[in-house]
Amino acid sequence: MRWWLPDAGSTFAGPIDALFLAILIITGIALVVVEVGLVTFVIKYRARPGRKAFYTHGSTRAEVIWTAIPAVTMVALGLISNHYWVLMKDKKSIPPNAYHVGVHAKQFEWQVTYPGADGKLGTGDDFTVRNQLHVTVNEPIAVELSAEDVIHSFFVPEFRVKQDAVPGMHITAWFQATKTGEFEIGCAELCGMGHYKMRGRVFVHTPDEYKAWMAQQAAGGTE
Amino acid sequence: MTGRIFSVVGGMFLLTVCSKGNQSTVQAAPPSSSASAVSTAGGTITGKIKFTGTAPRNPTIDMSEEAACKSKYTTTPTEEVVVAGPANALANVFVYVKSGVPAGQTFTAPTTPVVLDQNGCRYHPHVLGIMVGQPLEIQNSDPVLHNIKAIAKANRPFNVSQPGAGMKTTRTFAAPEVMVNLECNVHGWMHAYAGVRPDPFFAVSGQDGSFSITGLPPGTYTIEAWHEKFGTQTATVTIAGTESKTANITFAAR
Amino acid sequence: MTAVAHTSTKAHHAPMSFWRKYIFSTDHKIIGIQFLFVSLFFLLVGGLLAMQIRWQLGFPGKPLPGGGILPESMVSGGVILPEYYIQLVTMHGTFMVFFAIMPLLVGVYANFLIPLKIGTHDMAFPRINMWSFWLALLAGLIMLAGFFVPDGAPRAGWTMYAPLSARPDLSGATISQKLWSISIVVLGLSSVMGSVNYITTIINHRAPGMTWFRMPLSVWALFITAILAVLALPVLQGAAIMLLFDQTLGTHFFDPGAGGQPLLWQHLFWFFGHPEVYILILPAMGMASDIIANGSRKPIFGYHSMVFAIIGIAFLGWLVWGHHMFMSGMNPTLGSTFMVSTLLIAVPSAIKVFNWLGTMWRGNLRFHVPMLNAIGFVSMFTIGGLSGIFMAATPVDIPLHDTQFIVAHLHYVLFGGSLFALFAAIPYWYPKMFGRMMSERIGKVHFYLTFVFYNMTFFPMHIIGMGGQMRRIYDPTIYDFLKPQQPLNRFISYSAFALFAVQFLFLFNFLWSLKRGKKAPQNPWEDNGMEWSLPNPAPHGNWDKTPNVYRGPYEFSAPEAGDKDYLPQYVKLPTDRDPVPAPLPAGGH
Repeated sequence: MRWWLPDAGSTFAGPIDALFLAILIITGIALVVVEVGLVTFVIKYRARPGRKAFYTHGSTRAEVIWTAIPAVTMVALGLISNHYWVLMKDKKSIPPNAYHVGVHAKQFEWQVTYPGADGKLGTGDDFTVRNQLHVTVNEPIAVELSAEDVIHSFFVPEFRVKQDAVPGMHITAWFQATKTGEFEIGCAELCGMGHYKMRGRVFVHTPDEYKAWMAQQAAGGTE
Repeated sequence: MTGRIFSVVGGMFLLTVCSKGNQSTVQAAPPSSSASAVSTAGGTITGKIKFTGTAPRNPTIDMSEEAACKSKYTTTPTEEVVVAGPANALANVFVYVKSGVPAGQTFTAPTTPVVLDQNGCRYHPHVLGIMVGQPLEIQNSDPVLHNIKAIAKANRPFNVSQPGAGMKTTRTFAAPEVMVNLECNVHGWMHAYAGVRPDPFFAVSGQDGSFSITGLPPGTYTIEAWHEKFGTQTATVTIAGTESKTANITFAAR
Repeated sequence: MTAVAHTSTKAHHAPMSFWRKYIFSTDHKIIGIQFLFVSLFFLLVGGLLAMQIRWQLGFPGKPLPGGGILPESMVSGGVILPEYYIQLVTMHGTFMVFFAIMPLLVGVYANFLIPLKIGTHDMAFPRINMWSFWLALLAGLIMLAGFFVPDGAPRAGWTMYAPLSARPDLSGATISQKLWSISIVVLGLSSVMGSVNYITTIINHRAPGMTWFRMPLSVWALFITAILAVLALPVLQGAAIMLLFDQTLGTHFFDPGAGGQPLLWQHLFWFFGHPEVYILILPAMGMASDIIANGSRKPIFGYHSMVFAIIGIAFLGWLVWGHHMFMSGMNPTLGSTFMVSTLLIAVPSAIKVFNWLGTMWRGNLRFHVPMLNAIGFVSMFTIGGLSGIFMAATPVDIPLHDTQFIVAHLHYVLFGGSLFALFAAIPYWYPKMFGRMMSERIGKVHFYLTFVFYNMTFFPMHIIGMGGQMRRIYDPTIYDFLKPQQPLNRFISYSAFALFAVQFLFLFNFLWSLKRGKKAPQNPWEDNGMEWSLPNPAPHGNWDKTPNVYRGPYEFSAPEAGDKDYLPQYVKLPTDRDPVPAPLPAGGH
């Protein structure tokens, strides 16, 4: 039974998980204040014979305090978050040496197009594989997303990567995997009856393993 | 005020009903009271289907992402685009009588269904013939989701899912159509083709390329052979009495 | 504009037939009650759909008990099919948002409470008001028809994203998708008609002495909500019409192949959709304020701040819609701006929560059933609001968007928030509606059991969402990374079944008390609102003579009240002077 976010698998996971924890602590404190306050008041101020409520219409000082503290907290949260948002989603943040792979989403499969031996997408040696994204560890990967029919969403939980693939749009999502192994791709936007079955896998290889896989693909050819 | 609301809502309702969005089924001619049963005592057209040239290689299918299907194979499965037998025999060719059946003659569709099985993430059979009104029973023998999407022009398209093994769905076609394409969108290599005919005069060639159409009344017939990659070929055959005539068909590989 | 004096309203009508009195009524109270019965029906429909969803998620592939009665297009051998599952999630959301919660909060309580609480005899436009109900019912029936037409109900999610919703060949829903658009247009008409009434009545028909800042917060909230509705629903209607045209007239608003834009749908939908969720919470907040002040026997803490917070939430609510679209592919810079506005909107909501706490602080708390549910509302809404902060921070939204974490959040604000507030409001104004009390005992059992099973159902959804379980998926066990969480899915499903079962206590209480409930005294809660000056149930036309208003709405435990701990707005003390009614407009009324 898992109780937390998936194990970190990319360079994004560190900042995102840290931000998650920070928000958890902030909201946790707020929650405890409110709920403990509620329970305390429910017990302490319950009606008893002879008691009277304290007649007041409020306190401007209290209003200022509990407006200012949340406001300042939210602004700070926004500033910190935006730094990472730009890093993860801005086109200009995609590392120039990123390895580009095409992922074309379609009811109900991920068609992954590799740049082939010349390393360039859009040339004659490109080839396409279903539902398997093979990448090299510790290398920035730029996933060029497109969609055939309806909106799908490319989601790899361990990498903290999610990006909608929209028909008519060419959107690039990037990540850098930090450990080798197999990870799953899920579709995170309802795309029809087969939405739940749009499962793919990411294989994160060492550079040698990736070269070997690439050679094997060039030799054979699968559907 | 009331009238205006009703006319707006009513207008939208009419838009719905009168739109071209829905495809209505094309009705085949209703069976006449003088429908004749297929006479097994009739003429026969038999033949062998071959191709010239080199058959293109059938792509292999990587089923690694569907372990439950992959485990059913001991060797890597391939697509069935061109299924060649000995001496360039061509299997999975749908042969049918295109013209020559006397006008006005109608045939009752059998009630026994044609079974389309999904097993090992492949359709069995790959090409099938079925009569208008005859039940197509689609069954799932895999413990995984398949959807069966029927792409048809003369018939109403359908798209149903079978998420588990043992599930069965029955559909019928209301109009002749050569061919209705069937595909699974979860397993993009899965394709099947259904030839829907108003009469029982059709066959699908076997591994050795042979086919046989029986029960034909005397007459001159044009038969057409359809292959998913090599296209179509026709031949003309005249049947007198209950004889058996041969019509071999050759495709050019491309 | 202040109120205008009215003479007796009782003389306006000749005796009415049963049909005119109870069915085709223009009386705002009857209309509110009609909305109540119809909306409770749709709440039940939404709940039944949810039970099937939870069955499939908890026990994927197991035949649904009783599933044999469903047609082959929905189940196979009793097993829910994927295409039916996505109909279930779509229609659960659709019925709950549009035909249960919104009409329960607005259709019922805007209609029932506004004229009563501001001291007037009915709405400004009673006949338009009647139309607003019948159109809402028509819209609900059109939507329900979707399950019974060929190819079944819509299935692109309650958010209906194009192109999936615009392409019957890709979704499988044909006729019902068009019915969806028609239903939404009709429902929008109903909403706009209602809003026009609520706004006009509040602005023009307040009784003498009912100044803006003497209106109860329930009325303020309903007023602001009505402004939101009249501006937002037409946007949805427009989008629904565009969707209908894409399917029927060959337009391509959302079809990229012909120059359209899928994202246009999302912008239009959420430009409506975000104000919509404030429509779904503000009335709940307003009514909870009234009830908490009553239960605490204290004035609302920070009344003016509460009013400005309602206005602030409503205003900011127009500026945050893009937070539903952080992953959509829209320009990331928009993500930054929407993050800022979204984080800011947490502030007025926080202000409200602290003010409710402030109201209870040093009060003399009475735990009647409405107060219990209102306290439940505050505690659950707090969780729902705080969970929203996670998604507002855009990098954290990346793993959380379109997972069960969102589902947890929305249910905490809609069920934990709006529905608990309704569980408070319904018994609270029941005596005014029906002249009887709902059973306190059943109400208490219902509250405690609901509170427990509710948290057992929805809190774990945060966890499976963190674990990555996507929304609207038919079978989580397809994924290795989700398999370990399946025990929690089962736990949630069991809790959901129990939660649903407990609601029959409420339903029984509601229906049984109509005839067998204790006859209600005139002011059973010792409340201050104008409505409690009337007999129970309130008579047609409300007051014989326009009442006067002498003070604010929350003068509990005021020193002038003497040995009573409440002082209604309509009670004239020796020290009070009659308010001066506004002069009649030139030319008479």
